[in-house]
Amino acid sequence: MAEPLLRVERLQKHFGGVLATNRVDLSIAPGEIHALIGPNGAGKTTLIHQLSGALKPDAGSIFFEGRDVTRLSLHERVQLGMARSYQITSIFRGANVLHNLALAVLARRGSSVRFWQPLTQERSLFEEARTLAAEVGLSAREQVVAGTLAHGEQRQLEVGLTLATGARLLLLDEPLAGLGPEESRRVVALIAAFKGARTVLLVEHDMDAVFRLADAVSVLDSGRVIASGTPQSIRDNADVKRAYLGEDLPA
Amino acid sequence: MRRALTIIGLALLVAFPLAAKHWDQLFYVSFASRVLIYALAASSLNLILGYGGMVGFGHAAFLGTGAYTVAILMTEGVSSAWVSWPLAVLISALFALAIGAVSLRTRGVYFIMITLAFAQMTYYLFISMRAYGGEDGLNLAQRSELGFGLDLASDLGFYYTVLAIVASSLYLMRRLLQARFGQVIQAIRQNETRMEAIGFPTYWYKLICFTIAGGAAGLSGALLANQSGFVSPNLLQWTQSGTLMVMVILGGVGYLWGGALGALVFLLLEEVLSGYTIHWQLGLGCVLLGVVLFARQGIAGMLAALAGQRSFERG
Repeated sequence: MAEPLLRVERLQKHFGGVLATNRVDLSIAPGEIHALIGPNGAGKTTLIHQLSGALKPDAGSIFFEGRDVTRLSLHERVQLGMARSYQITSIFRGANVLHNLALAVLARRGSSVRFWQPLTQERSLFEEARTLAAEVGLSAREQVVAGTLAHGEQRQLEVGLTLATGARLLLLDEPLAGLGPEESRRVVALIAAFKGARTVLLVEHDMDAVFRLADAVSVLDSGRVIASGTPQSIRDNADVKRAYLGEDLPA
Repeated sequence: MRRALTIIGLALLVAFPLAAKHWDQLFYVSFASRVLIYALAASSLNLILGYGGMVGFGHAAFLGTGAYTVAILMTEGVSSAWVSWPLAVLISALFALAIGAVSLRTRGVYFIMITLAFAQMTYYLFISMRAYGGEDGLNLAQRSELGFGLDLASDLGFYYTVLAIVASSLYLMRRLLQARFGQVIQAIRQNETRMEAIGFPTYWYKLICFTIAGGAAGLSGALLANQSGFVSPNLLQWTQSGTLMVMVILGGVGYLWGGALGALVFLLLEEVLSGYTIHWQLGLGCVLLGVVLFARQGIAGMLAALAGQRSFERG
């Protein structure tokens, strides 16, 4: 097997007496969509926080493309090529869709310590933003102020901002949270289109979506990875069934 | 529309001293210089407070540092504006860089308090400098010298010099705000976490912004020292920082003209009301209360609303 894009070794984090992340090992191959599932409070978002650099782990290491990134900050990791989205939508609410995306494109276009040329005149920036808007299905909404978009559209923009960083690894934290069936279908199609081109770690509660999209699944319970493998092996795993007691995994 | 208003405003400012001279009211030229200088000081605070979302409560430290730089150099025999004014900007900016480097590691109320603490330390530093007047302050023997036949000693010459400097500073600020740097700063105010998460080292952008604002405040200090011919530690006292903040709130937080309008209204109120009573701040307080309660966006915000315009990319 090729060198994994992301490798996590014995990652550990506790808050007071609670072990939120308990010796987590994880390995994500380039190009795969790797789903991270688990009951509420299993520590999924805490793990994403540590992978993205928002939280410092107590112990363990994170390697991206073979490089130890454990001590790097959030923005340094983005510049290396790993970016995250947020479970609670985090966009620039006062700016329009295009402007939102242009900001994210700007971040990887060298230094922004420039004081003279108006940003809106940087054509290539906005051309790329337009392409991104099309990719996340917001072409018709380019000029709409982000804060006034419908909830589903805001979620699309959320994924769009993460995509716009040009990252090779996308850490998507519940991109389907709070979406209706139609909106949900749109975002699922969007993520499905990443397959092969980008690597995705997908935290999601919607099991239908998970089993439709994922090449590999890891199950987190009480901060531990209790199973990791192909979607089929996870479906058949007895430990997983116990963790999800009462919740039926889709056949 | 906007451009036309700017040109008309500028033309009025150019014509103003001629009118004052015609009606023999030269006192108002000096007053107008003061308004312009404070317009620059308040605008520099607006840059960090309104656009960058950094509520600094120690802006007087940079203004005072700029003023003292000119006064101290003058005492030591350096009277050329070409030396002392750029030095005032440089020293205030470096000072802001140092204070910002520490302060910007904190957020919210801690940031307010730490900038206030630094400013008060600076205040006491200048009080303790007995060689330069200590508590009593320092008189400037003359105004800075500009050369090229430009005479700062005359109120008219000084006014036009101040006008040129303040107008070009505001123009630079406008360019900066619409360019990459300003757009990044404003986006950080809206959502700093997101800016980190799309790859911006937000701390450094904020620090650069803070440094620029410090330098601009230093420039206004250099001009103020010349205008009043006197510097004292009072320039650095926390009430002075408060005055600048009141100007920004009156004028419009995060509006390009907020600082200038705020300075104008504040100093006019001071001028008019203090003619009636020494408790003129009571009147000012009422006006401020009215703005905070009924016109959150300040005077610039009200004008923009009247014109049916939204300020550029406001949240």
